[in-house]
Amino acid sequence: MNAIDHKFALLKTGQRKGIITYLTAGDPDLQATEAIVLEMACRGVDMVELGVPFSDPVADGPVIQAASKRSLEKGVTLDGVLKLVGNLKSRIEIPLLLMSYYNPIFCYGLTKFIESASCSGVDGVIVPDLPLEESETFSRDLKKAGIHLIYFLAPTSSDERIKATVKRAGGFIYCVSVAGVTGARDDIPAQAHKLLKKVSSMTEVPLALGFGISSPEQVKSIGKRGSAVIIGSAIMKLVEQGGGREEITRRVGTFLEEFN
Amino acid sequence: MELPDRNGYFGSFGGRFVPETLMSALQELDNSYQHCKDDPGYWEELYYYYNNYSGRPTPLYYAGRLTERYGKAKIYLKREDLNHTGAHKINNTLGQALLAKRMGKSRVIAETGAGQHGVATATVATLFGLECVIYMGEEDMKRQELNVFRMKLLGAKVIPVTSGSKTLKDATNEAMRDWVSNLETTHYIIGSVVGPHPYPALVRDFQAVIGSETRAQLLAATRKLPDYLLACVGGGSNAIGFFHHFLEDRQVQLIGIEAGGRDFDPGNHAASLSSGRPGVLHGSLSFLLQDQNGQVSPAHSISAGLDYPGVGPEHAYLKQSGRAKYAAVSDEEALQAFELLAESEGIIPALESAHALAYLEKLMPLTTGENIVAVCLSGRGDKDVAEVSSAFSVGQEVEKI
Repeated sequence: MNAIDHKFALLKTGQRKGIITYLTAGDPDLQATEAIVLEMACRGVDMVELGVPFSDPVADGPVIQAASKRSLEKGVTLDGVLKLVGNLKSRIEIPLLLMSYYNPIFCYGLTKFIESASCSGVDGVIVPDLPLEESETFSRDLKKAGIHLIYFLAPTSSDERIKATVKRAGGFIYCVSVAGVTGARDDIPAQAHKLLKKVSSMTEVPLALGFGISSPEQVKSIGKRGSAVIIGSAIMKLVEQGGGREEITRRVGTFLEEFN
Repeated sequence: MELPDRNGYFGSFGGRFVPETLMSALQELDNSYQHCKDDPGYWEELYYYYNNYSGRPTPLYYAGRLTERYGKAKIYLKREDLNHTGAHKINNTLGQALLAKRMGKSRVIAETGAGQHGVATATVATLFGLECVIYMGEEDMKRQELNVFRMKLLGAKVIPVTSGSKTLKDATNEAMRDWVSNLETTHYIIGSVVGPHPYPALVRDFQAVIGSETRAQLLAATRKLPDYLLACVGGGSNAIGFFHHFLEDRQVQLIGIEAGGRDFDPGNHAASLSSGRPGVLHGSLSFLLQDQNGQVSPAHSISAGLDYPGVGPEHAYLKQSGRAKYAAVSDEEALQAFELLAESEGIIPALESAHALAYLEKLMPLTTGENIVAVCLSGRGDKDVAEVSSAFSVGQEVEKI
């Protein structure tokens, strides 16, 4: 069984909301990313999404753009992030997801990417600029390798698109809370609740809410229809504050404590 | 078969590589466009503005002195520089602004490099009473101060883009981020035949007026089709517009000229078709300047309008199918052509268009007196004179001091 599916089954039994954290790999460096992921696992985070840096991250707000830039300046590559996943997989059990814009994967070669991701133990792949229409073969081949391609749905998604997406989705569906880019916000917009309600009425696939999630209060307020939240920019803001590897790790750990 | 196919592909290039949030907006745009395409009223209105506001049809000018200089084929210039706002860009912005109005949008946004597309967007926004925001790289704002002033004068808000390389590619990223956050009210007027489907097709259709006029004008003047068409290619909208109505005329050789910059080292040029590889940027799969890890490489050209690491997917298809050929000329060669046209014909071309003219040096020796070469003079060079004078006169200035 895929580790993501297993995790959501456990969350369901425990009647608990899953916490998925996002980290841009390689900011400030890959060793720091490794230390932070280990800390996250210790702090009870349910899954970690590791972002591969890209030169043109159009779906991201200023915080993750800046993190991506710093990581690229360190020379971090898709290969480097895959190695990190392999390394982490031998030490922790929580599912690991890889987030990358399409071009680094396309350039790496789709077949080779699936092989490497499978070898490293990647459980799910998130590609923000690869919509349903462009990913039929890719998602099928990933699935054969035991990896979920995580699909997005947004408040702007039509009923027709939601129907087509839930049909192909596996692992979970990444529900975007607002029509916009990533970045911490204060509340959960009404359109996010509407989206969760609509999608949950059409599928059993777990729904994770992302974009703008930064506080335990928001997690509580997502209601019964969302199975998990994804926290990204709020964490990358803490990484951005800098300091040594240990200091950053501690800072992120303290932040996550509130979510327990 | 008419391209793109229904998924937005020209052969293996094109498509829609954008976040899910944008997909419905692209569908809406495609539906509205398909609807307008079949509506004679829409085209009637567009041509009203083409003819009465922008000054179409633009002349096809026989460049006698330039022809004499080479002593070979007859050279004709399609004078897109004589459009209102000084370039072909307004063909597209008029079309898209009318579309925005029909979609009930009250706000338009655009990216701009040299500022020509920004000015053309600000102009039509004023004309149709739409709110207008232009994204422009901080570096480009410094290089093109006059155009920034022009846009502001026209009532647009110009937002400096400080991310990434602070040029056109980053302005495009920022415009996409704005669009995804303001879909209800906003239409994104992309300035070239790039971006996700349906943009490459709809921008082409608006620019195709260049080639359809050229075809009719040439036939009237010479009673035959040209042997060669030359146009510069950054994103590639003037070239696609120029080529489109000649695609079926196999005897017409289509040649797109890219910016070869300083040299062919990465970061020193903008020749995506000549030296890039297939990749995905700004929503479509096309040729792309990128490193071995799929990170987009910075581009360089003396002409800010060609300074872009990607290129429209239809050009990638025309290259792959062999229907069009692509070559590159250097900054230096473009500067020489800039000067040559000013001296020989009294026309100051945009540095972008000067790239197409520069290729005459290579092409003309291969032609005969029977041949006809048509060059798309996509824009006028007023915006470039400061840049060119500094490039030419650095040595002389030092001498004077």
